[in-house]
Amino acid sequence: MSNPLTRRTMLGLTAGTVASLGITGRLYAAAPQGPRFLLVFLRGGYDATNTLIPYSSGFYYEARPTLAIARPDPQQANGALELDADWALAPALRDSIGPLYQQRQVLFVPFAGTPDLSRSHFETQDSIELGQPPGGTHDYRSGFLGRLHATLDSSPMPAISFTDALPLAFQGPDRIPNISLKSVGKPPFDDRQIRILTDMYAGHPLEPAVASGLELRREVAQSMQTLSEEMRASSRDALSIKGFELEAERIARLMRDNYRIGFVDIGGWDTHVNEGAAQGALASNLTGLGRGLALFAQSLGGEWKNTVVVVISEFGRTFRENGDRGTDHGHGSVYWVLGGSVSGGRIAGAQQRLERANLFQDRDYPVLNDYRAVLGDLFRSLWGLTPAQCTQVFPQSSPGDFKLI
Amino acid sequence: MILQRLMQTLTRGARGAAALGLAAALLLDACTGARVAPAERAPELPTLRRADVAWLERVTFGLDTQAVGDYRRLGREHYLEQQLRPTAEDLPTPIAAQAKALESSGVDVAATLKSLQERRKALNALPDGEEKEQARKTLNDEGNRLAYQVIRLQLLRAIYSPAQLREQMVWFWLNHFSVYQYKNDLRWFVGDYEERAIRPYALGNFRDLVLATLEHPAMLQYLDNSQNAAGHVNENYARELMELHTLGVDGGYSQQDVQQLARVLTGVGINAGPAPHLKPEWQALYVRRGAFEFNPARHDFSPKVLLGHPVGGQGFAEVEQAVTLIVRQKACARFISRELATYYVGDAPPPRLIEAMAETFQKSDGDIAATLRTLFLSAEFSAPRNGKFKDPMRYVLSAVRLAYDGRTITNTRPLLDWLNALGEAPYGRQTPDGYPLTAINWESPGQMSRRFEIARAIGTGNAHLFDAEDGGAAAGIGFPQLSSRLYFEAIEPFLAANTRAALAQAASPQEWNTFMLASPEMNYE
Repeated sequence: MSNPLTRRTMLGLTAGTVASLGITGRLYAAAPQGPRFLLVFLRGGYDATNTLIPYSSGFYYEARPTLAIARPDPQQANGALELDADWALAPALRDSIGPLYQQRQVLFVPFAGTPDLSRSHFETQDSIELGQPPGGTHDYRSGFLGRLHATLDSSPMPAISFTDALPLAFQGPDRIPNISLKSVGKPPFDDRQIRILTDMYAGHPLEPAVASGLELRREVAQSMQTLSEEMRASSRDALSIKGFELEAERIARLMRDNYRIGFVDIGGWDTHVNEGAAQGALASNLTGLGRGLALFAQSLGGEWKNTVVVVISEFGRTFRENGDRGTDHGHGSVYWVLGGSVSGGRIAGAQQRLERANLFQDRDYPVLNDYRAVLGDLFRSLWGLTPAQCTQVFPQSSPGDFKLI
Repeated sequence: MILQRLMQTLTRGARGAAALGLAAALLLDACTGARVAPAERAPELPTLRRADVAWLERVTFGLDTQAVGDYRRLGREHYLEQQLRPTAEDLPTPIAAQAKALESSGVDVAATLKSLQERRKALNALPDGEEKEQARKTLNDEGNRLAYQVIRLQLLRAIYSPAQLREQMVWFWLNHFSVYQYKNDLRWFVGDYEERAIRPYALGNFRDLVLATLEHPAMLQYLDNSQNAAGHVNENYARELMELHTLGVDGGYSQQDVQQLARVLTGVGINAGPAPHLKPEWQALYVRRGAFEFNPARHDFSPKVLLGHPVGGQGFAEVEQAVTLIVRQKACARFISRELATYYVGDAPPPRLIEAMAETFQKSDGDIAATLRTLFLSAEFSAPRNGKFKDPMRYVLSAVRLAYDGRTITNTRPLLDWLNALGEAPYGRQTPDGYPLTAINWESPGQMSRRFEIARAIGTGNAHLFDAEDGGAAAGIGFPQLSSRLYFEAIEPFLAANTRAALAQAASPQEWNTFMLASPEMNYE
């Protein structure tokens, strides 16, 4: 391990330029204490209704003749896992999220979402990631995580996106690095080559992107090598975990060592056809997600108590199943909040009984808990944001009081 | 390697591109033993200036010997005219043969749709189990194979066709009228979409282009207009036709106009089977071209008002009238001009340029070539301020064009892998807005380091571009020779000091190639 000073010297950057370039990550010394936040975006509109099951609603069982998950029953492995008198967890999450819920490290916010009514994946995803007031024109260079990062800029708050491209959420004044951890190869360049390549962009507008991209690539390669050595040493079979589970473990490693704010997205939730119930397409997606999050929690070790993960999606799906054993684009969703110190083991936020009369436009969950109110409340608790700072992150919106932490 | 060092030494001392070019040519001749006398090599071809190179880089997918030679021989204006009105396709023989061999190039969409419907029906009738899974996989593999063949040919044409501008415009319009290969059955006919709806009109008339995409089953399926019928109006295509294809989101139309246009478009759909039985008064209004159908029985005949104009006519004539009305709006001329200028000049193109282009567009009634001529001969285009950051497609193709300069690759899989990794694979945009044209979407730290990895793969010759696609033996091509005559004529004279410094530190020719392909000069045009 080289120390930050030699690294900086090697990159040919002075401390002054580093700060002015707004490079995040290893180039800053990571603060030893303080919160960490990971946003998991499920792209495609996951079926929240078959994840957090409203099992006390008879209408649920009427509306989903082939898709409904059976009521909690200790004798039934295929049944839902009871959380309280109204809600239960999908069986696919029983062994991963179930224990975290028992330990009060998970809470769910049903009826959560956005006022956007387009029911279009890309419009709704964009509007959530931008976090700007609904209506009017959007500024595509300003996402809410980018504004959060800028707001917190007085203290080092390294942020990272675990994606191939930088998501809209992270657009903003600071240059946030990004790298996908789905597959991690050997480092393509040695230190000398990195120095030459970075020098080639000295003074160029792309210098910050080039420097942080190359640095990140090396950092990830090193970190992943250590990780696989540790796994070998503990006789764990690296091949037995895959997909998001593997990705989540890598994310945990990088965040534990270097980052405070992270973003990752997972696709494949648009279940119009053959969604499945206790088993099937949605269940296998949920299994991977649940296991990944549980492994993420475990891999963070002592840092899990300083970490919060929020799982969101652009919209929920229709309450009734469609003619293709699937569900269509809906409105309200269910958000997940996980962490070692969250006020978990409960269902939070405003709620309604699930009857036909309460459906939004006679088809969807209504949105009773605006995503900005939920996330704004969390950011306020995590970082002690002032009301003015909250407004910077989510203009024309006030944080709710969800008592998440 | 010795040659390369010698040339580097020489170039450091020398000034003046002509002297350099000559020196390089002499050296190359000495090395290859080619019997070309220097006098014959330089028949009054003008030396390239920086502005020439910047211009040429933009109207092509990057420099190669052929483009540079044509430009020097013809001069800018004649070169441009040739590019705006290309005649024969003139592909290199191996690629022309591949183009011919591609099974999807002559697909009959109606027959394909019909057969797909039958096969799906048979598949669904199978009991759940191994056989059904296998049948599903066979069908799926077929779709993937067909779509890949289309992408493969698109990439090969983009690299090797001398009609570079047309290939760029094929990409541009495919992106403008974007469709996603994994929706419904699109993999079976994206090839037909590209060949019959986009390519013939890429440098032609914009209205023809809009109508060709409007009638194509790929678009009709992708934006659901095949579901749009009187009493079951589906607004999806009507909205995107104005928002994304013609007027732009602030193009002066209202939600009311979207609803009116959706009603105009009722009955525009797909039919792979026999013509429907129609009332006598509707029979004359029935339109059928291949799998495209206008079915009067599904059309809403009540009066409509679009953009303040009553839509008269009857049946499909309403659609043609509506499209004409829309494409003749000033907003359309401005929107298309802005999109083109953003693609070629960069983010936030100068308003004066957009106005000049929009004026040509309107005066010529939507002549794409004429609009491009205004763009390419404008002062704003000829004197770019900061250079245009290449999107992934331009970056990858220009690197291969420079590295292997006319030598045809056999394996396009690595190109597609790179485009996937950089997030701009052909037919891979899920949403109808197409890939963004602005730099901000392509220059993140992760994407920059990916580019450098691609630069290394190409520069070191480890990219498997000359392998057989079926996994057969690789041709022994080795790493490319980037420090070529082309390099000394068109690239070396204009390198920045930082780039020269990086190249001078290269420890091997492969590393030199890698640095060159990773340089700012290769990432901008």
